[in-house]
Amino acid sequence: MYNFEFEKPSSIADAVAALGGDEAQALGGGQTLIPTLKQRLASRTTLISLSNIPEMQGICTGDDGALCIGGATTHGAVASGAGAYPGLAALAGHIGDPAVRNRGTIGGSLANNDPSACYPAAALASGATLVTNTREIASDDYFLGMFETALEEGEIITEVRFPIPEVSHYEKFVQPASRFALVGVMVAKFADGVRVAITGASEEGVFRWTEVEAALSANFSPDALDGLTLDADNMIGDLHGSKEYRAHLCGVIAKRAVVKAA
Amino acid sequence: MAQVTMTVNGKAASGTVEGRTLLSSFLRETLDLTGTHVGCDTSQCGACVVHVDGVAVKSCTMLAAEADGADVATIEGQAAPDGTLNTIQQAFQDHHGLQCGFCTPGMVMTTAALLKDNPKPSEQEIRVHLEGNICRCTGYHNIIKAIYAASGQDVAALGAD
Repeated sequence: MYNFEFEKPSSIADAVAALGGDEAQALGGGQTLIPTLKQRLASRTTLISLSNIPEMQGICTGDDGALCIGGATTHGAVASGAGAYPGLAALAGHIGDPAVRNRGTIGGSLANNDPSACYPAAALASGATLVTNTREIASDDYFLGMFETALEEGEIITEVRFPIPEVSHYEKFVQPASRFALVGVMVAKFADGVRVAITGASEEGVFRWTEVEAALSANFSPDALDGLTLDADNMIGDLHGSKEYRAHLCGVIAKRAVVKAA
Repeated sequence: MAQVTMTVNGKAASGTVEGRTLLSSFLRETLDLTGTHVGCDTSQCGACVVHVDGVAVKSCTMLAAEADGADVATIEGQAAPDGTLNTIQQAFQDHHGLQCGFCTPGMVMTTAALLKDNPKPSEQEIRVHLEGNICRCTGYHNIIKAIYAASGQDVAALGAD
């Protein structure tokens, strides 16, 4: 790991100011960034820790009934504190392992947008709003591809607002070595329709499976998925699973998610 | 370089660190607390688990500077000052929960965190909780037994070996 300066501001305003420096990088829980720096896949002159900013911590319920989670809230805190949205709490409680969940943060995960991470599926399937230091971004406009997001340089996710569905479930087919999703499907049923987001499968990162959303909105049962398939062309193919395998798995895991959500 | 100060196993500890200094490096190389092991250095194996402000973390994937001001507990603080093993350590010895012992510091610290939140875990809960701790010797069965025993439950209830 190349060396860097370390700063730990105590407010969003101070963090944003510090991130204005040349080659500065925000540090969430570091559960992806530190391994990346160790491998010298990245190097930065300054890391700005977001771990000591009280206004980015914790979980609350907004006036509109949405669950608001501070950007620096750990997966462990979401697992134990997001009881108002059980599908989300369960998802958070199965990320990585217990020690990783005590450090990793929701804002860090969403800012990184790993194509196999769990939180992007939750945010997209929930129709969440990502609140940054400058604006609010709808999840439909946020995820731009593998490791790409709508965030500008130096922009911080300060809060994520999740509308709470009537029922939901996140089903993860675990890649056992990394504990990331080989395929993960989040199904969220709202009064005005069903949203389905898939992580782990596509070269484009997390995506909504709109045909399945329409089918489930009309008939919320696993049978509604019969005959619906995804094109394997855009799937990730690697030593853990071929493109065709992942495309097939999306349907299987989506059905399981519906069974458990219903 | 920056000065960090933390409480480690109840005692004040301080030192000078670079931005990149890992908590595991600070504990091992600056404080000579080499009981915290670094196995994989990629946050997979869990040999480096310590407690920071009461929760288990992988010290190879946390910067020492992040622990400035924190209360840190390591394997060295688990036994009594006279060397008497604590309940978890004794259970690992009694039930042969280790062979080479490399993973054991992390196993013990992870167990301590588990039992604090869940004093009587089921076998399944123990197995799930150990997801981030790898042992290449034991096949885990005796570790499960040790943790079950450390929680005051009868290992005979775990069934056949």
